[in-house]
Amino acid sequence: MRIAIVDESASRAAVIREGLAAVDGCEIFVVTERRGLVARIGEIAPDIVLMDLGNPSRDVLEEYFAVSRVLGRPIAMFVDESDEEAIAASVDAGVSSYVVDGLAPHRIRPILDLAVRRFNAFSRLQSDLAEAKGKLAERDLVDKAKRILMDNRGFTEPQAYAQLRKTAMNQGKRIADIAEAVVTAHQLLGGT
Amino acid sequence: MAEGAANGELTIGFLPLVDACLPILAREHGFAEAEGLSLRLVRDMSWATVLDRLLYGHSDGAHMVAPLAIATTLGRGRPAQPLSVPFVLGLNGNAVTMRPELARAVNPAGGLGDPAKVGAALKAYISGTGRPLRFGVVHRYSSHNYMLRYWLAACGIRPDVDVEITTVAPPFCADALEFGEVDAICVGEPWNSVAVERAAGEIVMVTAQIWRRGVEKVLAFRESVLDARRPQAEALVRALRKAGEHFVDPANLETNAAILACAEYLDGDATLIRRAISDRLLLRQGGDLLHYPDFMFQHREAANFPWVSQAEWLYSQMVRWDGLPFDPADARKAARVFRPDVYRSALLGTGEPLPGASSKVEGSLAGPTSVSMQQGRMILERNTFFDGKAFDPELLESYITGQHQA
Repeated sequence: MRIAIVDESASRAAVIREGLAAVDGCEIFVVTERRGLVARIGEIAPDIVLMDLGNPSRDVLEEYFAVSRVLGRPIAMFVDESDEEAIAASVDAGVSSYVVDGLAPHRIRPILDLAVRRFNAFSRLQSDLAEAKGKLAERDLVDKAKRILMDNRGFTEPQAYAQLRKTAMNQGKRIADIAEAVVTAHQLLGGT
Repeated sequence: MAEGAANGELTIGFLPLVDACLPILAREHGFAEAEGLSLRLVRDMSWATVLDRLLYGHSDGAHMVAPLAIATTLGRGRPAQPLSVPFVLGLNGNAVTMRPELARAVNPAGGLGDPAKVGAALKAYISGTGRPLRFGVVHRYSSHNYMLRYWLAACGIRPDVDVEITTVAPPFCADALEFGEVDAICVGEPWNSVAVERAAGEIVMVTAQIWRRGVEKVLAFRESVLDARRPQAEALVRALRKAGEHFVDPANLETNAAILACAEYLDGDATLIRRAISDRLLLRQGGDLLHYPDFMFQHREAANFPWVSQAEWLYSQMVRWDGLPFDPADARKAARVFRPDVYRSALLGTGEPLPGASSKVEGSLAGPTSVSMQQGRMILERNTFFDGKAFDPELLESYITGQHQA
């Protein structure tokens, strides 16, 4: 079975490819370039196309599939109506899938399920990454606030941190929020 | 999920095009809020994604090319899912932009070309050069595709035989012209102007010249969602009418262009957007700004009223270009997608004009005509097709037969 993964995010495509590599009897092709997409899909002649839901080339590819029906190689959106739930899950995960007509549902389902799991895993990775970046930024902020308190109030570093922490607890806020307030106030009052 | 949201919350999907203006302005200027609605707008990059979100409940309603709402209801290309359109978001607003050398060959006088003359020149060009031309439209089921094909066919150029028509997503139209992937595009603004700005193309015609009052984008709901959330849908219709009133007031041009240009909406150039929404177009590099009144048509003459005859005309074109036989049951389903009953019930008792009829003969008005009204007064201005033919929905089947012979 020939599977084309179309995704402008090369890293997400790699994550999905890796997942599908475990499926027996699959040949996997990854397309990340928008230019020449239709010609490339034509060459690959896939049985299944997996594409990220928001891909800007979807209308172009769907048009090609509609035309290819005339050419005797029908490809449709994964439309077995008994599988509404599976489609809903894939749309939620952000995958759209197109399947050659006549491919048995029991062959499609495992691949689609895998793709959905991989897409979800990728989203989790991304949000973890965003969170990690946020934490780094927060630490920067706390360091700046400590420096301001040390320079202006003559605190040692542990004293400056204790002061931030105490204020946060008294006000029911996070230390990063207090640090941000200190930095902002300092800038407003002419500090650098 | 959108459906589980609290009563006043509505999520609307859209593509970054100037005719997504009414939902955007209804939100930004508080017209939705005044109707007790909280609007959330979700931008996508393809109609396929907008449609998926609508069908699987990520959105409650969507900005949509009108023929796609009918194609989805009839199950073209995917299992049928009935959609309902209580509000037309606008008429026309598209243009035909060609690569500069082609534009100059078929429209040597410059300015906006006369559709019949440009068509004749294009026909001569195709038979003269023997080079197959390729046209880009934004979607198979778009008004752009149907207007372009209507024009070509009426000029004796056979779409799919004499020219190739392919799909290009709006944001990539200028690229496609520049790299020679297509020779011409039919797309909404600001994408024609972007092509002109980059000297990749010249605007030759606007679709309002092909059909003076041609239906363009609609507000689409799943039929079941419209039934379940009827009060919110009607509140949205009222908010969108108010947004339209604000949109067409020249005093608000700057403000509205700036809002539409924002990163979360069109993420585009406010100068180009301001031009388009004031019906002004720069046709070619170094040319003068042209004012073409009613290039976009968002409000006057009850422009948002979903005339059943508009849906039926779109069905006639779907049958024509998908090579389908006329099917009375499909025709009824297609007609039923447009819901003037919902529009009326939303606006009854307000100052908004409500036509007395739900259908009209399309393209039959040579000049201003007053029409019988359920509420208010209204004069419809000229509304013709460029070839002088009219579409009488009472004669749908013979219209379809006639166009196959053309």
